[in-house]
Amino acid sequence: MANNDQPSPQTRGLTAIAGAMSLIAVLLIVQIWLLSAALESFLAGKRQTALPAAVFSGVMFLVCLALYLFVDRMDSEVRSGGKGR
Amino acid sequence: MNWLRKAGSEPLWKEEFSVHSADERYVTRRQLTKFLVLTSLGMFVGNLWILFRSIFHKAPVYPEQVVAQVGEIPLRGVKLFAYPTTEDHCILVRTGLDEYVAYSQKCTHLSCAVYYSQQTDRLECPCHEGFFSVRDGSVLQGPPPRPLPRVVLERRGGQLVATSMQG
Repeated sequence: MANNDQPSPQTRGLTAIAGAMSLIAVLLIVQIWLLSAALESFLAGKRQTALPAAVFSGVMFLVCLALYLFVDRMDSEVRSGGKGR
Repeated sequence: MNWLRKAGSEPLWKEEFSVHSADERYVTRRQLTKFLVLTSLGMFVGNLWILFRSIFHKAPVYPEQVVAQVGEIPLRGVKLFAYPTTEDHCILVRTGLDEYVAYSQKCTHLSCAVYYSQQTDRLECPCHEGFFSVRDGSVLQGPPPRPLPRVVLERRGGQLVATSMQG
């Protein structure tokens, strides 16, 4: 009974992909906000915010890139029916 | 060596023009994720551009310019002038017997021209009802995100001289 309730590897893979894509979307929204805030500070003459904004934006881009590689790998496994696992 | 085509296969034009419109419109998870990541890269590049501009920013050099004579305008009166270039319109307000303030006339929201309201003693933008303090140019109300840039004034004898901009 318990084993029948376990989701299949493909379902788990799809859930992981959906979660990763949602996380990318959230990071992207934060990045858009960060860019607008940095631009606003720059136009207001407060130039000390540019460096931390660029660093955090770069970190978020790297996280997005890592999530993309994860989604790419998981998608390949799901499409091949979990044979790669 | 497929000179002879099999009967019942796809028409020749379909084989030679093998574009499937349904497949073209289909966006896979990988394509969507790639698009999102490229957008993320664009945001990062934008932040780098701001950082680059901040590092290599040169402080502007402002000319000195006589904008008015002392006592030329009445109490709570205004005078419009251009500083530092003829395209930058500014507003000079006499707020006291011997007190003068001057600001850029360009609203920091969408660049409409602000004017001085004697009734409310503040600078007002008529476009979106953004209000600024006449004392320091700070935002009192409305959508403007930043204070008005202030023109630094010096009194030299009987003249008011603009020396630089702040903000």
